[in-house]
Amino acid sequence: MIDHRAHADGNISSNRLDLKLIADMIPKGSRVLDIGCGTGELLNILVRDRNVSGHGLELSQSGVNACVARGLSVVQGDADKDLSYYPSSGFDFVILSQTLQATQRPQDVLEEMARIGKKLIISIPNFGHWRVRLDLLLRGRMPETKTLNSQWYNTANIHLCTLLDFVDLATLVGLKVDSHIMVHKNKIQQSKSQISALDNLRAELGVFVLSPTLS
Amino acid sequence: MTEVSSNINQTHVFNGITLALDGGGALTAPHIAYRTYGALNAARSNAVLVCHALTGDQHVLGQNPITQKMGWWETMVGPDKPIDTNKYFVICQNVIGGCAGSSGPASINEDTGQPYGLEFPVLTIGDMVRAQKLLIDELGIPDLFCVIGGSMGGMQTLQWAAAHGDRVFSAIPIATAARHSSQNIAFHEVGRQAIMADPNWRGGAYYDQEEKPSKGLAVARMAAHVTYLSESALHRKFGRNLQDRDALGYGFDADFQIESYLRHQGMSFVERFDANSYLYITRAMDYFDIAADHGGKLAEAFKGSTCRFCVVSFSSDWLFPTHESVNIVRALSAAGADVSFVDIESDKGHDAFLLDEPEMFKTLRGFIDSCAIARGLTASGDAT
Repeated sequence: MIDHRAHADGNISSNRLDLKLIADMIPKGSRVLDIGCGTGELLNILVRDRNVSGHGLELSQSGVNACVARGLSVVQGDADKDLSYYPSSGFDFVILSQTLQATQRPQDVLEEMARIGKKLIISIPNFGHWRVRLDLLLRGRMPETKTLNSQWYNTANIHLCTLLDFVDLATLVGLKVDSHIMVHKNKIQQSKSQISALDNLRAELGVFVLSPTLS
Repeated sequence: MTEVSSNINQTHVFNGITLALDGGGALTAPHIAYRTYGALNAARSNAVLVCHALTGDQHVLGQNPITQKMGWWETMVGPDKPIDTNKYFVICQNVIGGCAGSSGPASINEDTGQPYGLEFPVLTIGDMVRAQKLLIDELGIPDLFCVIGGSMGGMQTLQWAAAHGDRVFSAIPIATAARHSSQNIAFHEVGRQAIMADPNWRGGAYYDQEEKPSKGLAVARMAAHVTYLSESALHRKFGRNLQDRDALGYGFDADFQIESYLRHQGMSFVERFDANSYLYITRAMDYFDIAADHGGKLAEAFKGSTCRFCVVSFSSDWLFPTHESVNIVRALSAAGADVSFVDIESDKGHDAFLLDEPEMFKTLRGFIDSCAIARGLTASGDAT
C-alpha cells in the first residue's frame, strides 16, 4: 500500500476528490475504519467535523506517526494481514480509498471488509477509462495517467481493474452496490442504477457504497 | 482520605489494611512511597499515574534523594513536556517489593522486628497495581486521566487497563508485552542466580551484615544492561575501542571500553538497589501473563474497554520487540478498543523509552492532547 495522501493540513487536496465525496457520505457519530488512511486526511475531517469515532490502519510508519501526532486513533498494519483481527460488524463504515488495487489479495480484503463493516465505501481508479485503453491501443505501452502515474515495474498498483471488474468481484464476495459515484475531470455523477459500459469508459474514478448481503 | 497537595514526596502507611496477594500471601499495613508533581484540578480529573520500570523509583522529576541524580523521566514529564505538569497532576509510586520506600524485602517485618528478607511474600504485577490503587483511592481520585509506563511500567499500565478499566481514561504502554517471554525469563534467571551465588547473599538474610551481595547484584545488572541496549548502539558508542590503553593487555582487566562501561554500570547500581528487591521484582515480571488470567485470550482482558490506548514500541528493542506490541494492538482491535500504535525507528534498543526520542514525544503529545480534549481538560481549539 502506498501513502497516497501526501498532505494533511485539514483540507482535502484537490487531486483526492474521492475523499471529499466519501466524507459527505458518513453520517455524524458513525464508527469508521479507514484502511490505508495515509496521514489521516480523511479521518481528521470525519473526527473533527462529523464527530465520528474514527479508526485507521496504515502500512507506512511515517503515515501512522503523523496520524497519532494529530490525535487520530491509527495503528500500523497491513490490509492483507491485519483485518482478520477486527471484530465482525465492528464498524458502521469501512473505507478503502484507492488502495484495493495495491493489495496482494483483493478478494480476501473485500471479504474481510464485508465481515467487519456494516457498510463499505470503496474508491477504485478505473483501468477501463478511455485514456487508459487508448494508451495501450495506440502506443502499445502500459498506460500512465494522473491517478496511475508510475511505471509498470515500480508501481504499487499490482491488481488494477475496471469498474465493471470491481462490481463483479463485489458480487462474488456477497456485496451489493447501494450506490456509486463516477468521477471524470472532477465532474461528479451520482447514481443508484447499474454501471453502464459507457460509465466504465468515461469515469476516471468510481466511488462505491456497498452492503454485505445476508448469506 | 489524604489531603491532596502538590509536589509531595512522602510515604503513606496503610494501617489496618491487609493486601491479599495473587500468590496466596498477604501484606499487612503496606507502605507506599510516592511523589506528585503539578496540581489536582477541582474535578479531580487530571491525574496521570506514571509507572516505573524494574529498577526505577518514584523520582520521575527533580533530584533523587538517594542518588542525587535528576529524575528518570525528565524528558517526558515536566512543564510543557508531553505529560505537562502545568496541566496534569502526576503521581508516581515506588512499587511494592521495591527499595525506595515502599514495602519490600528490606522492610521490617512487624511480626519479627527484623527485615523480611525472603520472608517477604512473592508478588505479581497485579499485586503492585492493587497496591497503587490503594493510594489512588486514598487520594480520592475517581479515575485516572492517563496511566503510562515503559517496560515493567508498561506491564502495570496494561494491568490497570485490564483489571481496573473503569478507572483509566487513557493508557500508554511503552516497550512492553502482555506476557513475559521465555527469553526474558531466562535473562532474569541468570541475574537471580548471580545474586544467589554470591556468598554474601546468605539466603537473603544479609541486612545486618557488613558485606552485601554486591558482586552478584552487579553481575545481574551487567547482564541485564546489555539487554537494554542494541548491537548497533553498542557498536556506535564503544566499537572495539580500548579503555585507557593503546594496546591489548592480554589479561582479564577491562581492556575494552564496553567492559569498563558495564563494570561501572554494575558497581553504581549496587549503591542504590537492594539485591532481594531485584529477585522479587524480576519474579513479578516473569509471572506476568494477562491472557492467562482471561482464558488464554488477550482480547478478553480488554473487552468492552472504553479506555483509549496508545501502544509504543522501538524498532531496535530486542527485549520487548515490536511484535509484542503488535500482539497487544491486535488484541485491542479485536476487543473493539480505541487504539493507536506507533513503532519508533531508533537504534537505542529497549532503553530508548527513557532517552531523547523526538518522534515518541511528538506522537505522544498528539495522543495525550487529543485525550485531554475528549476528557474536557482542554478546549478543542487549544490542541495542535
